Amino acid sequence: MLSLIIIILGTTFLLYTLLGGADFGAGIVETFAGKKEEGTITTAMAPVWEANHVWLILAVVILFTGFPQVYALLSLVLHIPLMLVLLGIIFRGSAFIFRQYDVVQDNSHKYYTLLFRISSFITPVFLGMVLGAMVLGRITLDHSKSFLEVFIFPWFNIFCIAMGIFSASLFAYISGIFLVGEAENDVERKMYARFSKRAMLTTMLMGLLVFGAAYLNGHNLVKEFLQSVYSIVTVFLATLLCPAIWHFLNKEKNKTLYLRVGVGMQVTLILIGWFFIQFPVLIKIHDGENLTFFNTQAPDATLKQLLIALIAGLILIVPGFIYLFRIFKIRGS
Amino acid sequence: MDDLIAARLQMGISLGFHIIFACIGMTMPVLMAFSEWRWLRTGKQAYLDNTKAWSKGVAIFFAVGAVSGTVLAFELGLLWPQFMRHAGPIIGMPFSWEGTAFFIEAIALGIFLYGWNRLNRWVHWAAGIVVGISGILSGIFVVAANAWMNSPSGFTWANGKAINIDPVKAMFNDAWLSQSIHMVLAAFVSTAFAVAGVHAFLIIKKGANKFHRHAVKTALIFGSVAAILQPLSGDFSAKDVAKRQPAKLAALEGLYKTSKPADLIIGGIPNDKEQKVNYAIRIPGGLSYLAKGDASAEVTGLDKFAKEDRPPVIITHIAFQLMVIIGFLLALAAVLYIIFSLKWRQVLLKKWWLCFIAFTTPLGFIGVEAGWTVTETGRQPWIIYGIMRTKDAVSTMPGLHYSFYAITTVYILLSFIIVWLMRRQISTIKKYYPSANNK
Repeated sequence: MLSLIIIILGTTFLLYTLLGGADFGAGIVETFAGKKEEGTITTAMAPVWEANHVWLILAVVILFTGFPQVYALLSLVLHIPLMLVLLGIIFRGSAFIFRQYDVVQDNSHKYYTLLFRISSFITPVFLGMVLGAMVLGRITLDHSKSFLEVFIFPWFNIFCIAMGIFSASLFAYISGIFLVGEAENDVERKMYARFSKRAMLTTMLMGLLVFGAAYLNGHNLVKEFLQSVYSIVTVFLATLLCPAIWHFLNKEKNKTLYLRVGVGMQVTLILIGWFFIQFPVLIKIHDGENLTFFNTQAPDATLKQLLIALIAGLILIVPGFIYLFRIFKIRGS
Repeated sequence: MDDLIAARLQMGISLGFHIIFACIGMTMPVLMAFSEWRWLRTGKQAYLDNTKAWSKGVAIFFAVGAVSGTVLAFELGLLWPQFMRHAGPIIGMPFSWEGTAFFIEAIALGIFLYGWNRLNRWVHWAAGIVVGISGILSGIFVVAANAWMNSPSGFTWANGKAINIDPVKAMFNDAWLSQSIHMVLAAFVSTAFAVAGVHAFLIIKKGANKFHRHAVKTALIFGSVAAILQPLSGDFSAKDVAKRQPAKLAALEGLYKTSKPADLIIGGIPNDKEQKVNYAIRIPGGLSYLAKGDASAEVTGLDKFAKEDRPPVIITHIAFQLMVIIGFLLALAAVLYIIFSLKWRQVLLKKWWLCFIAFTTPLGFIGVEAGWTVTETGRQPWIIYGIMRTKDAVSTMPGLHYSFYAITTVYILLSFIIVWLMRRQISTIKKYYPSANNK
């Protein structure tokens, strides 16, 4: 029962990374691509962005129902970055919808766009920092220490910043690939393809940076990585997919489906690789026992009800979600 | 600012902001689906125009509701980590169902808003129905979780920990039904009267046309039914509170001393020092009758509770009076509307009637805010009634007031932008909708 919930939580997290990532990434792509791409990006994201973001709500609900201590500790010590994520989410969502639904076109448009772009970049950075803080192991249980040690240093350090930038560039990469298939003409498609290639290189570079920053912060990620065979295999496979995606990006007629499946597999592989390094730890603690899936799980009665709700929910959600994407995201239908 | 106060204010502002969008998100899909159904059946342009015009507003409200709801999912932990640590496994179940319902709502809304030209008309309409049903269900699930805080059940509290957790029992606690009914009706009353009010105001200002007249009619059909049922649901809730949370009842009624029979105290200003309500109207035995169904029954006053267990009286009592007055006023409007539509249709276009409906625009929402103030403030000092105190649940991070300032500023800013956006939308009605030019 616990393992099923872990799988669903992982899948929810993966889907949020892919879909929510494509969504935040769109704001980053737009920053680089400029004003003329606004139309395409708005049309591409408008029908699906809200549903994309519900995966986050679902992940949070699974966390506080199934692993309440993890949720409680995160909310306490990572209050500041989480609050910043929230502000980013508010601004991103509101600015995007205001821009789209404001019937009068005037100067206000500029401010919505500015807000949309800034928050699309900031939110993934802080999300990445939160994840970084969970794995780095500077979170302390001794709250008599100074404010800085308890509430700032666990997430404000080189490793977490590297994680933040890595997340933002990964999201931009996912979004670039997604938008290649949404382009309205050839020029636009080439532009997105070019962007995707750059984002791919940046993401790989940032990935290396994360390892480097981990080393600087005394977190031996390389060693942990090399000890996990599964992680080596998955990250290797994810890297192997890069030339394949590059190849399809170069094609005159980009293969939308191949590209999307390709990037989907890459992200899945990277997250699985990370999962194997981490498992079963959810929060690494500096001065105490780590919080894991096993030592924080809710009582069986709760897990059972949670699982029922999730399975029944997914039976309803997944077909609806596929239907939504079929209507809006498959060309020519 | 004291951290506990800051956290409570931030939670209050966040909930107070979100509830407006949640009400609109629950109600408007039903109104739109109804209007679209009328269009499909009668072919009248005005119904189609109404549906389309509303859907543009709803897209904005729904998006802001979705992000402010996400904020709340995090704030539960950011502000009350100790509460969620214990309550998460107990009330996670309604939240996970709520997540599901909201997910379906978001998917169906995407289909409804953007699928106009891509789908069969009836499939499109069905998407609207799905939005409405899942919206109402997600509202009910969230209220069930709140009801558990008022009426904790489905666990045993031992040595500061919850054991023997039964999430099903927790969800179907004693308060879930009365609170859910009251909230769903309130959503319909507030949103429908606000919609009717805005359109009535536009008729007064710009003259009648088919677009506005049909909009007022659709809105008042739903608003009236809900407004007439609401006092009955209120009575059901009050009897329920009298049984489960006598301290809350005493606070909202301003009953300082246990009385037999107890007067119904209407209005007035409670004075904590003198332990009485000044300037109030009193109906002898009224409270005994309303709370217990017997005009000579004893009703527990605040004096039966230790000082540290009493909720604040002034806020709770005044908020309660405000909610009840608004409830009755809107019920009266509903009764008048039904009488006029059946007997004297010409009154419905009279200026005084339109002014009255325009006046009701904000009332329902003020009532909703007042009602939540009653239920949340009336539960204090507890976060889980009788189990955990609010002060023991608050985050131990210093400087919580900065979060409060940030969230408050953002929400005030957003409120202004949304009002401004709605005005801009209204200004283009004549341009986009043919029925607005048709007397």
